[in-house]
Amino acid sequence: MDINLFTLQSECQWCIEPHGNMRVPAIIYANEALIRDMDDKVHEQISNVATLPGIVGAAYAMPDAHWGYGFPIGGVAAFDPAEGGVISAGGVGFDISCGVRTLLTGLTRQQIEEVKSPLADLLFQRIPAGVGSTGRIVLSSQEMDAMLEGGAQWAVAQGYGRAEDLERIEEHGRMEGAIPANVSDQAKKRQRKEMGTLGSGNHYLEVQHVTAIYDEEIAKGYGIQVGDVVVSIHCGSRGLGHQIGTEFLKQMAIAAGQYGISLPDRELACAPIDSPVGQTYLGAMRAGINCALANRQIITHLVREAFNELFPGIELPLLYDVSHNTCKVEDHVVDGRKRRLFVHRKGATRAFGPGHPDLPEALRPYGQPVLIGGTMGTASYILSGTRENEALSFSSACHGAGRSMSRHQATRTWRGREVIDELASRGILIRSPSYRGVAEEAPGAYKDVSAVVEAAHQANLARKVARVEPLVCIKG
Amino acid sequence: MTTASWEHFPHDADIGVRGIGATREQAFEQAAVALMAIITEPAKVAPKEMIEIRCSAPNDELLFVDWLNELIYEIATRQMLFSRFEVHIQDHELYAKAWGESMDVTRHQPAVETKGATYTALRVAQDPDGAWRAQCVVDV
Repeated sequence: MDINLFTLQSECQWCIEPHGNMRVPAIIYANEALIRDMDDKVHEQISNVATLPGIVGAAYAMPDAHWGYGFPIGGVAAFDPAEGGVISAGGVGFDISCGVRTLLTGLTRQQIEEVKSPLADLLFQRIPAGVGSTGRIVLSSQEMDAMLEGGAQWAVAQGYGRAEDLERIEEHGRMEGAIPANVSDQAKKRQRKEMGTLGSGNHYLEVQHVTAIYDEEIAKGYGIQVGDVVVSIHCGSRGLGHQIGTEFLKQMAIAAGQYGISLPDRELACAPIDSPVGQTYLGAMRAGINCALANRQIITHLVREAFNELFPGIELPLLYDVSHNTCKVEDHVVDGRKRRLFVHRKGATRAFGPGHPDLPEALRPYGQPVLIGGTMGTASYILSGTRENEALSFSSACHGAGRSMSRHQATRTWRGREVIDELASRGILIRSPSYRGVAEEAPGAYKDVSAVVEAAHQANLARKVARVEPLVCIKG
Repeated sequence: MTTASWEHFPHDADIGVRGIGATREQAFEQAAVALMAIITEPAKVAPKEMIEIRCSAPNDELLFVDWLNELIYEIATRQMLFSRFEVHIQDHELYAKAWGESMDVTRHQPAVETKGATYTALRVAQDPDGAWRAQCVVDV
């Protein structure tokens, strides 16, 4: 993008002054190189978000922002229902509550190296991944509703994981206010055989080792040090979330006109929070969040089972579970006044700072772990939320690297087999049902995650704590 | 006379599908082939079994997105892939037949799941060259 389109407010804060129908400014957090590389669509889309009724403060974009649907991916916006604020299906995205969770293993790299290949095979065999893969758990209609209401709490009650996992999941593993009846039969049918599956595309399960620590004190608080092995899971609400997104996008596109909301882009489809459509979506979307939390909880159980075969008695406690496609009701201080807001994060991670009451006691002194997914050939990062971010972007941070190359271009550039061989020569084992899928997700098709994380750190959105690199990657 | 064809166009995170044909129906059929080509090579999918799809929407563009989303739903719930399509449209009501077979991971090597068709870069129109083009971005 042309940097002359912005007013530079600080080293990493680029402002688009309100123009046209914008109700508030739009702010992008990034360094100059990232801004120059960003798609022009980010400017257009984040400016469009700033036109929506009831938006509070500013429309924000994270350092990894790229062209999305209505909202840019990496977009954050908060709305006040008392001021006609809206809720947007596009502002949440198709993969409701897609997110990352990280498990601690207490193992060292050396211990993994001794069993790396059988471990990769075992994980690939146990965790269903890829297009059309089905889980072992098929839910009846009553069980489906209980899962949609109970989230990870439901999963734990069914024997998937342990009670102590729950405090390390946003919302303690269960999103309040989910209404399973608001989720269509089609969405439920699409989910019936997909519980405990990873999905495809950029979703993965990785065994990673910690290669750098940037903040000793916080790292110690999180229980990680250089050489430690962790397991990270990136996936979402599967077919159920996708179907809810699809259905409400259409309903809201039609409803917006009825409520007199003029949309600069159809994909910004939204409805007033207090309207019947808005409330119905809220109940369904929250059920979608619970589906994603239950799904990651079941996969966690499968991972623990697999590890226990090779390391009997191993526990794999949960470090944290973050979602990056959500709309949540949160209290934020705006202009000195506490307000209850509906915060949309599309491809952005919640990042509460130290002392936040929603964090479990063990993590409260350090701030919320912010888990940033990289590619299968580079690195991922663990950051921590900052107090300062409350005034920057409603406590939100980036979520990943973002693509730099289309899937089509990636398949013309790389062959899946070659990508797998090249990574194997560097000690990274890939297991995937699809060579083409691997080519499309080749590390070179992504932006530099380190640059994104550096910008988030510089902008004070979150603090760098640790860098982790893959040893094994199960790719859907 | 326009030759029926399909193509993909780039989107940052996802992928665009475009169907081109002499009629609106043909453009919809070709876009469905483009949708399948996101997942696998359409030539690898044998048209063994036929299913029927019906949908309706207030205009051509919403109808196009609905059509692709109905197919995405059928792929997900039947675990099938399709390669041949026959579309009929009357007064914004679509009736279609799709032929395909059950997904075979080894043979079809499915690359990525389709999550939903979006309103991004959505356009259905007859261009000055006489060809109908129907397109949108699909979230994967």
